[in-house]
Amino acid sequence: MSNDMHDLERETGIVDALATMRVRPPASFVDRVVGRWVRVDGPVGNGPFAAVYVAFTDQGVSFVRPAGTPGGLDEFLDAYRRRFVLPLQPASRPPSGLAVALRGGRASSLRFDLRGASPFERDVLEAAVRIPRGETRPYSWLAREIGRPGASRAVGSALGRNPVPVLIPCHRVTRSDGSTGEYLFGPPVKETLLRAEGVNLDEVRALASAHVFYLGCDTTRVFCLPTCHAARRIGAVHRRGFVTAAQAQLAGYRPCRRCRPA
Amino acid sequence: MALQPSDRSANAGTDAGAGADVDPLPTLLVADLDAGFVALVRSLESSLYSVALRLCAAPPDAEDLCAETFTRAYRALRSYPPDRVLDLRPRAWLMTILLNGWRNSVRDRSRRPRTVPLVAADDLVDTTSGAAEKAEARETAAELAEMVRRLPEAQRTAVVLRHLGDLSIAEIAEVLGCAEGTAKSHVSRALGQLRSMHERRKP
Repeated sequence: MSNDMHDLERETGIVDALATMRVRPPASFVDRVVGRWVRVDGPVGNGPFAAVYVAFTDQGVSFVRPAGTPGGLDEFLDAYRRRFVLPLQPASRPPSGLAVALRGGRASSLRFDLRGASPFERDVLEAAVRIPRGETRPYSWLAREIGRPGASRAVGSALGRNPVPVLIPCHRVTRSDGSTGEYLFGPPVKETLLRAEGVNLDEVRALASAHVFYLGCDTTRVFCLPTCHAARRIGAVHRRGFVTAAQAQLAGYRPCRRCRPA
Repeated sequence: MALQPSDRSANAGTDAGAGADVDPLPTLLVADLDAGFVALVRSLESSLYSVALRLCAAPPDAEDLCAETFTRAYRALRSYPPDRVLDLRPRAWLMTILLNGWRNSVRDRSRRPRTVPLVAADDLVDTTSGAAEKAEARETAAELAEMVRRLPEAQRTAVVLRHLGDLSIAEIAEVLGCAEGTAKSHVSRALGQLRSMHERRKP
């Protein structure tokens, strides 16, 4: 029998048999290596967030930028390319859960692809995603939630690099002194987003100027952060204000389990 | 019909471009990298996956290896000037990246030994074949997979690159970093071995 390669290949039995080992990968394979983007209505009807550009992979949403400005698409694509080395193609449909998350401001069931973020940044973003719509939390609260009390400044920097603003609500993180704080797209946009969600910024500022940073209810003996939904239901006659959590606790109040002020 | 040494395998396979003289992919990549890249993936994913499955034995590992290969290729493409992209031979280039990725993962894994699961026979069959032939095809594929797995590494890699990767002998030599004669003899020995193993299995 011949051992010449061409003779062996001409014996079509072997070559045909090897051909049966050709397999296609799953249809979803392409989505593992190519990212998609889509434009959808944003959370606020006017201004830069009237619409948003959203990029996503098979792991989840990876990048968000405002679409309500002229030249927004080019900015989005450039910003994406500077941040990620992954191909991007238009998608025909948004990922499931996105429209609901944008409308309701509740993104906790949406999947995110945060592979580009450091472990610390990921911890910060995953804690921020739990802040309910219409409420705010101080940077120090977030630092404590991720087990890094005292890292408020690092938390602020990490939020400044949030790849998926609005969906991960870094706009809901404010300063302990009641002021709005920094934002990726500037403090005025942050304020617009918060007001659109029903945060009573004026009341928060009024309380802050009176040095009230925690609100307690004298019937339940529970104290909260001022924007907590539970705090907003406290009747005026039962409302007690505190400067610090320690002061509230010394007065015999326990921290709210929902907003975890201490 | 005599086959020239540098001819590709007679099996053009399921992928476009295996027998083409002028590959359209480099031009597409230069015109629009991202759109061209999608065309690259669709064109070569089956060949790469088929080869990866022979190297990795477990489908999820083969898929991971292919995904890493394409991702590395994209990163490289982002940094190449247009001339370099136009000179690319995508199929051979990707197979090189695939093999390097596989060798790295084998080296990493050798520090943590683990059992290799048997490949399910279903994963070896092209699902476009009819139901009646499926059972027989499954059996043949499973036996053949076992025989291929038993080949020495150099022979297994060469024969798989030739008959699943559709590379020419010159390209296989480049990918393996050996002389063309050596590549050709790896393929001959592999086919010879497979033929003997097949003869021994006949009732």
